[in-house]
Amino acid sequence: MNADMILIRYGEFTLKGRNRGQFERRMLDKVKQVLEPFPKAEVTRTYGRLYITLHGEPYESIAKGLKHVFGIHSFSPVRRTESQLEIIQEVSLEVMRALPKAPRTFKVSVRRVEKSFPYDSPKMNHLVGSHVLRAFPDLKVNVKEPEIELRVEIQPEGTYIFSEIVEGAGGYPYGTNGKAMLLLSGGIDSPVAGYLSMRKGLELEAVHFHSYPFTSEQAKDKVIELTRRLSHYSGVPLKLHMVSFTEIQTALAACNQEPLIITLMRRSMLRIAQGLAEQSGALGIVTGDSLGQVASQTLGSMNVIGRTTDLPLLRPLIMMDKNDIIRIAEEIGTYETSILPYEDCCTLFVPKSPTTNPNLKVVQKIEAYIPRLDEMIAEAIASVETIVVAPGSRASAEDAGQDDWF
Amino acid sequence: MIYFDHCASTPPHEEVIRTLSEVMLLHYANPSSLHRSGMESRKLLQRSRGLIGELFHTDAKEWVFTSGGTESNNLAIVGAARRSNARGKHVITSAIEHPSVYDACKKLEREGFRITYLPVNRAGFVSLSDVESALTEETSLVSIMHVNNEVGAIQPIEAIGSLLKEKRNVYFHVDGVQSVGKLPVRLRDWGVDLFTASAHKVRGPRGVGLLYVRDGVQLEPLMAGGGQEDGLRPGTENVAAIVAAAKAFRIAMGGQKERLMRMNGLRDRLVRCVGEIPELVLNGLGLASSVAEMPEADGASKGGGILQEMAPHIVNFSYPGMKPEVFVHMLEKHRILASTKSACSSKDDKPSRVLQAMGLSHAQAASGIRISFGDEHGDVELEWLCQMLPLVVSKLKPLERKGQRE
Repeated sequence: MNADMILIRYGEFTLKGRNRGQFERRMLDKVKQVLEPFPKAEVTRTYGRLYITLHGEPYESIAKGLKHVFGIHSFSPVRRTESQLEIIQEVSLEVMRALPKAPRTFKVSVRRVEKSFPYDSPKMNHLVGSHVLRAFPDLKVNVKEPEIELRVEIQPEGTYIFSEIVEGAGGYPYGTNGKAMLLLSGGIDSPVAGYLSMRKGLELEAVHFHSYPFTSEQAKDKVIELTRRLSHYSGVPLKLHMVSFTEIQTALAACNQEPLIITLMRRSMLRIAQGLAEQSGALGIVTGDSLGQVASQTLGSMNVIGRTTDLPLLRPLIMMDKNDIIRIAEEIGTYETSILPYEDCCTLFVPKSPTTNPNLKVVQKIEAYIPRLDEMIAEAIASVETIVVAPGSRASAEDAGQDDWF
Repeated sequence: MIYFDHCASTPPHEEVIRTLSEVMLLHYANPSSLHRSGMESRKLLQRSRGLIGELFHTDAKEWVFTSGGTESNNLAIVGAARRSNARGKHVITSAIEHPSVYDACKKLEREGFRITYLPVNRAGFVSLSDVESALTEETSLVSIMHVNNEVGAIQPIEAIGSLLKEKRNVYFHVDGVQSVGKLPVRLRDWGVDLFTASAHKVRGPRGVGLLYVRDGVQLEPLMAGGGQEDGLRPGTENVAAIVAAAKAFRIAMGGQKERLMRMNGLRDRLVRCVGEIPELVLNGLGLASSVAEMPEADGASKGGGILQEMAPHIVNFSYPGMKPEVFVHMLEKHRILASTKSACSSKDDKPSRVLQAMGLSHAQAASGIRISFGDEHGDVELEWLCQMLPLVVSKLKPLERKGQRE
């Protein structure tokens, strides 16, 4: 089907009375960003909906972009035709034929806004419905629970016909629900946690811990690339705080508490993240923890690790299975980068048998004996290197060499 | 000298030479090395691959860099056939393929594969219905060139691709060495699984070939070694030449539309000139975009056959009764560099396998001359060529071996 327009429906934020105006403006901005490469497409705002008039721009490419706009509940490709019975009937057939999967049941819902149109809505329901039924012998009408609802809206300027409903990302527009600090490791989980947080309207800054020379430059590149990918969804530049963890990690390793080292590391990381959050006014910390996935993500571990900070710890993946996390990572395009085989500072120090149930008192005692731990944490916060990663920025590989070589 | 042998090789762009030497000077590190310099080389490779992926509207990871068209064709054909021999040991190709395809198939034959060499019509075109009727349950690979390198016939790749789309188990390889930069290439739309291109045919450096391996297609590597190029093509990557090749492809494909139009004009002119010399016979079709229809068995029911077209940069004609070497040497005396058969096999004395497959007489098949254009050719060069051709013919006329004129 050659769509003429796209009808966009908002997500859950339409329920929120007071912030609604602000939300709608953000959505409109974001949709306009998607349309930037398609100058002929126009967007108009009506009550509770947006319409894109394509003017020949490709539906498929725009739809791809819209699927990732937070706040869009669903959208539909729409055909616009003259308000004439025969044409409406023919285009209705085309719309039905263009469905990705042939439905077994359907119903027609006609809205006649233009009252000068000769047939009223019930009559039109019948005229369009019987025309479609003749063309699809296996199709049946089901008024109560149709698989597909063929919508025909007869407006003064023409008739709109659509049936396909494409699910959007849902959620809230980016940055309409406060700000949090994301711990971004470079693995599969944390970018997904970041994506889901942003989808709920959280504004994010990311923190990454590196321990050069134990970790490589590539590990750093990888995290920048993941942030770049996430910024594609935020639509605005994201801050990435690179924290040097080498000194603290070396001190923790020197305690000879191998089973506890991940617990100790995670606690120090949270304290640094909290410090950075305070500096930038973030009110929470987002992690990619998923219950029971690794030793540091058991309830016992999370209890001991989490107590080191007063900020709310947000764990979007906590009850998700790994397969579902991977599926989202693939959808949002972070998976391929995440699985690149570069060590991050946690994988490098994984002990043979990490504890799954650390003792808070013991952990606190060990920390008390580490010389200069508080100072090192303060230094790590003070010496953070902050990179701003913009959505349109080039990946490091795209930036390789000199432009005039390519 | 006017170089009319672009099908054999092309003069590299100055830009390409500059890139090659600059990258060679600065980025000699092995892309597999861990250190910073290695990483820089690696990123240059990634950027080159990204550019190639973009040019062909495919994913970067679907491209393998090889040493040239010959290696790409061998890897595609032998690699795919050996890998999928459990599914079947039957390969379909044509009688007019380049030796790197034809002889790779001969090699498979010796390994116990069954090869069907499809015939072509008098103009040099494979017929779709022949492909269809050659398909068996055992067929695992179809390899058909896009543009024939001796006469320039454009094979019905799109139609074969859509025929094979219904047969999931059959891989489709296309040798596109002569078409890239001259004709549109739409790998995804056409359902191509494997595609060969060569840098030195598009004014890039010698020693770089491309092989498109559609995501999901499995090949068996031909060489054992260090696992480079995703394990498909071991050996330290030729970084400087690959970067320069990527640039050459960008320039060539960027100017494709304009080049096609311009060269079609040159070709029409030369075809007219050859037509006016009674001693010469044109091989292939005259007009660049002749609307001759293929006599398909089922053509009538579909309302017509397939458009037969000639590539814009190749003209092949014979002087029956004249040794083509003599003709080429005489042309050279008049500052014109042309070719007999394909450069790769022009030294042996036998008639052209391609012209014979087209059903031409021995005399015609043994006296083919190929003129192939490049970007530096315009009206002046064509004017010279069209003046010299009748002159050369008149000089050679006394040497004609009358008995051999059919």
